[in-house]
Amino acid sequence: MRNAFADELTRLGNEDARVVMLSGDIGNRLFDKFKDKHPDRFFNCGVAEANMMGVAAGMAMNGLRPVAYTITPFVTTRCLEQIRTDVCYHEAPVTIVSVGGGLAYSGLGPTHHACEDISFLRALPNMVVICPGDAHEVRAALRASMQQDRPVYIRMGKKGEPVVHKGPLADFAIGKAITIQDGTDVCLLSTGNMLPEAVEAGHKLKERGISAEVVSFHTVKPLDEDCLRHAFAKFRLVATLEEHSLIGGFGAAVSEWLADTETRASKFLRFGTPDAFFKKSGEQEYAREALGLTGHQIAEKILHTLS
Amino acid sequence: MNVAVRNTAPPIDTAALKLQAALLRGKVIEMSHAAQAAHLASSLSCADIVTAAYWHVLNIDPARAKDPMRDRFILSKGHAAAALYATLAMKGYFPIEELDTYCQDGGRLAEHPPANLLPGVEAATGSLGHGLPLGCGMALSGRIKGERFRIFALLSDGENNEGSVWEAAMFAAAQKLENVCVIVDYNKWQATGRSNETLMLAPLREKWAAFGWDAHEIDGHDVAALAATMQRIPNGSGKPVALIAHTVKGKGVSFMEDDNNWHYRAPTADEVVKAKKELGLT
Repeated sequence: MRNAFADELTRLGNEDARVVMLSGDIGNRLFDKFKDKHPDRFFNCGVAEANMMGVAAGMAMNGLRPVAYTITPFVTTRCLEQIRTDVCYHEAPVTIVSVGGGLAYSGLGPTHHACEDISFLRALPNMVVICPGDAHEVRAALRASMQQDRPVYIRMGKKGEPVVHKGPLADFAIGKAITIQDGTDVCLLSTGNMLPEAVEAGHKLKERGISAEVVSFHTVKPLDEDCLRHAFAKFRLVATLEEHSLIGGFGAAVSEWLADTETRASKFLRFGTPDAFFKKSGEQEYAREALGLTGHQIAEKILHTLS
Repeated sequence: MNVAVRNTAPPIDTAALKLQAALLRGKVIEMSHAAQAAHLASSLSCADIVTAAYWHVLNIDPARAKDPMRDRFILSKGHAAAALYATLAMKGYFPIEELDTYCQDGGRLAEHPPANLLPGVEAATGSLGHGLPLGCGMALSGRIKGERFRIFALLSDGENNEGSVWEAAMFAAAQKLENVCVIVDYNKWQATGRSNETLMLAPLREKWAAFGWDAHEIDGHDVAALAATMQRIPNGSGKPVALIAHTVKGKGVSFMEDDNNWHYRAPTADEVVKAKKELGLT
């Protein structure tokens, strides 16, 4: 996702003189092309995220389209008040892009994990929250964010994730979930970098005779309510998948929607991280396995729930 | 004013500025009484700075409040909103009568300046440590778009407690934002105690200088000196400029000066009369 972001950013920078890149002292060489072409529109803001977010807001308030980027906890939690007050309160069209959403940087430890950011940012008025499922969605989300006149948060994984979509997403729209695979029995609503696990869970379920619809629910705010109405009317079971705490994240957002909605027919499962820091060392695959978030574990739990 | 006159250093009419500052003080005292609102002393402390900026320095036109080329004044110490509101009204950004709605239900004049609601308010402030980063972003947007304007950010001394101020200070210096000017309203008090007994600010000018700024101390009640110094921004140093303005909290009213109770207290009707008399406004 990361390299797709840098590449798409360069393209957008070529097309739109308003696009400015702010980095929190990460991405060594990642933005070389952007810097080469637009040295006046690239700023390494140092390890000072509060200032970076304020600078981004000030730029956006004066007609530019800044992209503020660093590792997830530092570009969200660290400067949350600046996001709230400088960006959201002013309705400043800043695009916040984070790398390392969820447990993507599992090996770096809980300081670098980000399983609360969706919760914090979706609570902020005026904020759009997008969790792209693969590199194509990163490109499309970034492009779409530049057409918004309001703040957008784009939560990426890391680099080298499986690419799920077959090609560029010409029809991508913020707030419009994308069906990856049609099904009839259960519906897997996946947000962010869990998408490959959702696809894998779909395969596992198919082997066991269960037809799963797989949906990339990339926009957590605003929710695609049409998609939710359809899912909870049609399927025996609906599951939300996210690499984020069950408190306040995507599944929680769907739960809130359900609480305000008429009685549903479907069973409902939420897959996410528990209310605890994941302290053990190990890479993302290990962490997912330990937390029951791999495709085969998700399939097993769904089968158990249906039986 | 228009762009053409910006750097031609119009003569400073000291008497007129002093009168304007007195009028401002009288107005914020009335507003504080009417609304029973806090932070009166904070507004009085910076009244001369605000007056020098709005009545001499800033290249602004209330009829074109969103002109991309305008100078930006950011009241980073947003708790002095009354001073900003009264000034903006007197400049003609909105009717002077609207000042009567200060802190009233349903009005536009909240205790801290709002976002995207009131003409002339450049940024919503009130949470300290936000004005300078915003100003740096505005300065860079001007650089990128080829718009030459200046940014003045008025900070309280207590606001210098915030780490984001120093993040922005280092950033502005690295980016050589010579069109950014910080004015610190150094009245030596913060909300509940002496500033230097709370977090050590001193030596404050040297701190800003050490952070890469062209830093100067100035009498924050000398409207002529303030006007002359601010008008010279950018001053040729190639650095952002910090003016450490020595002030007296509650300045202009003998029974409020340097008495930190007036950070929160609002004056009675009798006190308003006394205060205005001292200001020569009866």
